Amino acid sequence: MRKLLNTLYVTTPESYLLKDGENVVVRVDGEDRFRIPVHNLEGIVCFGYMGASPQLMRLCTDNNVGLSFLSPSGRFQARVSGKVKGNVHLRRTQYRIADDIGDSLNIAKCFMKGKVVNCRTVLGRGVRDHGDVIDCDKVRYADSLIIGNLLKVDDCINPDALRGIEGNCAKFYFSALDELILKQKDDFFISERNRRPPLDNMNALLSFLYTLLAHDVESALESVGLDPYVGFFHTDRPGRASLALDMMEELRPFLADRLALSMVNLRQISGNDFLKKENGGVIMTDDGKKEVLGAWQKRKQDKIVHPYLKEKISVGLVPYVQAMLMARFLRGDIDGYPPFFMN
Amino acid sequence: MTGKSYADDELLSLSGIQHFYFCKRQWALIHVERQWEDNLRTTEGHFLHERVDDPFFFESRGDVFISRAFPLVSHSLGLFGIADVVEYIRTKDGISVPGYEGLWTMRPVEYKRGKPKTDERDEVQLCAQAMCLEEMFGVRIESADFYYHEIRRRVHLNLDDSLWSLVSSLADEMHEIFDKGVTPPAEKSKKCSACSLENVCMPKITIKKTSVAGYVKRHVDDACKGD
Repeated sequence: MRKLLNTLYVTTPESYLLKDGENVVVRVDGEDRFRIPVHNLEGIVCFGYMGASPQLMRLCTDNNVGLSFLSPSGRFQARVSGKVKGNVHLRRTQYRIADDIGDSLNIAKCFMKGKVVNCRTVLGRGVRDHGDVIDCDKVRYADSLIIGNLLKVDDCINPDALRGIEGNCAKFYFSALDELILKQKDDFFISERNRRPPLDNMNALLSFLYTLLAHDVESALESVGLDPYVGFFHTDRPGRASLALDMMEELRPFLADRLALSMVNLRQISGNDFLKKENGGVIMTDDGKKEVLGAWQKRKQDKIVHPYLKEKISVGLVPYVQAMLMARFLRGDIDGYPPFFMN
Repeated sequence: MTGKSYADDELLSLSGIQHFYFCKRQWALIHVERQWEDNLRTTEGHFLHERVDDPFFFESRGDVFISRAFPLVSHSLGLFGIADVVEYIRTKDGISVPGYEGLWTMRPVEYKRGKPKTDERDEVQLCAQAMCLEEMFGVRIESADFYYHEIRRRVHLNLDDSLWSLVSSLADEMHEIFDKGVTPPAEKSKKCSACSLENVCMPKITIKKTSVAGYVKRHVDDACKGD
């Protein structure tokens, strides 16, 4: 499997990105603060409002480096895509399946099974590792309700029924997730998932991690020639990368939720890294975001064995491998989409 | 020749025949699925720069002259491409060339970065080039040359009937697969480790054929069993 390269996160809002030969240069107030050869990069995520030169954008697209712009608060603004990869058979198949309710539903069930099983794994680990300090009964009860829903996935006859199961599982999961927060419980708690805006620190932390994950999944889909905007479970909505959201589902517990928990429990982040705005919404401070980005980058370097391929890969390559498996399934190499099950 | 004649927009890239000979799946990933064409082009680009430094290509004597980047097409093979070099050699029974006195035979010369391969992937490409020239100019071409950069010398190739029919059948099969729009499964071989498309190809999944349905069921069943 290929080597995972670095993602450059540019967090200084006044940063302007430009090209110098084969290098990416970050300029702040007319001064070049940082430079790195483009060949060392997997992607660039820029939390700024100054933008980048067209030449730099082209350098990125030519070298398959994903380039995304987010607002300083982490809201998605834009992605730069190069020429569409001409894999017309793959895209045509993707659209055909997206138009077929039955075929789409079968793939959506795979996403959902991946997500629900991984949610269970997160809860199960909490009980296993910290059974002496947490309310195990509460977690086990939520878990049993989740299993009940998981068993019903195959019986869903339409996407709405599946969405119902998703909603139920999310409710039980987030109510139990609170138990797995072991430290700093005054600052970090969660009873439900809220996002527009996030109303507490834990939701703000999850939102930020999901943003990072979304960038990686969307880049991965584009790099294998799939259209991130046409999904099988999330319906088409202009401006919504539905397939990226679909494929993120099974990765949220594994890549984002676990990291959020461990950052809080290891005190790598604290209540001081969050601000409550007048509207009740919570945002992360720049220092807080830097902490998260550091932990995220580090997490991506970890090695795991892919459950379907049985190959050793970096955690950061999971989105790419899943995108590739989706492409290979659509091209007829395998009999279904194998979701990522964490162990 | 099979008597087939392909229209202009049915022509496939001649350089693909070496990929096809090496591995049909690799060829389909590049030419049917258009994976990593950029990477392919960039490597070819760097390669062209190297050529300029090569003294061989400026060689020209009184009874030999060369034409570089020579466009090729064969409607019966359904292939089009470019020859690195076509050499014109003065002979008694060749063809006349505008602007040059006398009669000339043609010989394609293909430049290769590496050294001679153990299989015939280079040979089928060069033979296909010669077959294009034969069709374009109504001539017979008996031989062609490689120039292998790594060993810094020419290697001569006789274009015999067996190579000629191998190229014909490969070209037929390329068109058949291209028209179906399918990507053949990988074949079990040692070649995969030498292939730059290994990540895109995921050869194991088509060779091992691990059932996805079984994989999903196993994980869901394990989850439902509880801890």
